[in-house]
Amino acid sequence: MTSVKKKGLLGDLKESLIQKVFQTSGLLAIIVLLGIFALLLYTSIPAFREVSLKEFLTSSRWDPTSPERPEYGLLSMLASTVMVTLGALLIAFPVGVAVAAYLSDVASPRVREIIKPVVELLAAIPSVVVGFLGITLVGPLIARIFNLSHGLTALNGSLLLAVMALPTIISISEDSLNAVPVSFVEASLALGANRWQTLIRVKIPAAISGIIASLMLGMGRAIGETMTVLMATGNARSFPHGFLQSVRTLTATIAIELGEVPYYTTHYYALFAIGLVLFIMTFFVNLAADIILEKQKRKLQ
Amino acid sequence: MKTSVKKSGRNFRSQLAEFLGFLVLRIAVYSVLFVLLYFFYDLGSKGLGAISWEFLSQVPRRGMTEGGILPAIVGTFLVTLITALFAVPLGLAAAIYLNEYARAGRLTRLIRLSIRNLAGVPSIVYGLFGVILFVNMLKFGTSILSAGLTLGLLTLPWTITASEEALKAVPDSFREGALALGATKWQMIRTNVLPYSIPGMLTGAVLGLARAAGETAPIMFTGAAFYLPFLPRSLKDQFMALPYHLYIMATQHHAIDKARSLAYGTALVLIVFVVLFNLGAIVVRARLRKKWRS
Repeated sequence: MTSVKKKGLLGDLKESLIQKVFQTSGLLAIIVLLGIFALLLYTSIPAFREVSLKEFLTSSRWDPTSPERPEYGLLSMLASTVMVTLGALLIAFPVGVAVAAYLSDVASPRVREIIKPVVELLAAIPSVVVGFLGITLVGPLIARIFNLSHGLTALNGSLLLAVMALPTIISISEDSLNAVPVSFVEASLALGANRWQTLIRVKIPAAISGIIASLMLGMGRAIGETMTVLMATGNARSFPHGFLQSVRTLTATIAIELGEVPYYTTHYYALFAIGLVLFIMTFFVNLAADIILEKQKRKLQ
Repeated sequence: MKTSVKKSGRNFRSQLAEFLGFLVLRIAVYSVLFVLLYFFYDLGSKGLGAISWEFLSQVPRRGMTEGGILPAIVGTFLVTLITALFAVPLGLAAAIYLNEYARAGRLTRLIRLSIRNLAGVPSIVYGLFGVILFVNMLKFGTSILSAGLTLGLLTLPWTITASEEALKAVPDSFREGALALGATKWQMIRTNVLPYSIPGMLTGAVLGLARAAGETAPIMFTGAAFYLPFLPRSLKDQFMALPYHLYIMATQHHAIDKARSLAYGTALVLIVFVVLFNLGAIVVRARLRKKWRS
């Protein structure tokens, strides 16, 4: 009797120990997320000994290596990031929602089985390869169409980022369209609406919050994408004025300058401050998308 | 009489609208497929000429205008190995916790929220984090180890999500059967859950690793080197990597025109590698699904 109990005690100890190990790994996600934020913040702060927060956020001149007066203004890069991202979404959102609607409402199961992996494959293309195609394929095409000396422009970046944001938009939008209760669709069809009317007037309105969430997740992806814009947009440092100009985004600036900057200088710290800005931007975009999706899930349940 | 004509007119119009609407959707699908196929066609047709046994088995020569990409292949392999050793066990453990132990509550919600948010952190931000934590604070330097660990953090959310999917696919009756026979929770997981979910977990993990292997921004400052005409000897060495090599060949090379065909070759090797892993995962997944159905 006692021996059984003893074994039970030891067993309990082992069980709870194992549970603790698993729990710790689960907690790791929270720790890493907080850790990224904390270390970025900690490494950014020294930059603001020499640079005022106001200059950082409102000046459009970024020239940290100037021998007379180094300048640390974020605005031009921020505008470039926003511009390239919006351009990408302008293309990717309608196309992505259309593909999602096709998959959920038009395609036969067989066709869906083929197209879905293809879309996944699109997501799997490394960003550096997309950037390479921007240099060799899409850029020259843009140069020819618009008669430019080279095609490394914001438009090039937007087109490529659209391709990269598509898989996210398609898969999240399709999930939300599929989550619309069948009874909604049946009611609409029973009232004499055809499938197109049902899609446009019933399904898409019912799934709209998820579709908007897909837009935001696509936006998060486009804001944070580095290699594609670094290679494809020409990286001119001035304030962007149009889609046919070269631009330099937040991500590209870090990628270009971190390799050359001496450690522990104001310039070095300022690059981490840009990283912090990126982290905060994508964090809130993703958080908003997350809240929308959770709400929709609860509503449709 | 009049109403019926009107009705059929409206009917015709709505049928036309349906036809045109679905046509627009189809055009969207075809253009996405076209873009993807054209990308592959372009890389394939221009990259195939560069690929030879020499290209795959030799070090770069003459300032990277000749020779091969062996150090980049080996470097990417080693980094991905570190990534796997770090991220796969942790991802599995976190998924087991979430699916088997965690109760619905605030903490679990917070963990899930963090995982989803980590998946959206830009890859270059992971790179910055890797520079601070692994290169500087832990003093691993710019090395295979630092880059591998940085990529490990990047893949963690994918690994957790994929592993959890695999655990969810195991029917609850398997768990109840073990518990009814008096097994403890861990015994139940070990004997009745893990054996059935391991293939799915590994498929997800491999897909995550394939994506990690194609990443450039996180390794740029944590260990990838411009040009190293020899193979790395220890985990503390810098390394060449396929994606970073492609970036260099495409933008930073002193003789871009001479390097272009080698760049196409590198891009093709990278894309073939990614596609093979994805196709493999698709096949394994389809088989698993069939198995569960029967």
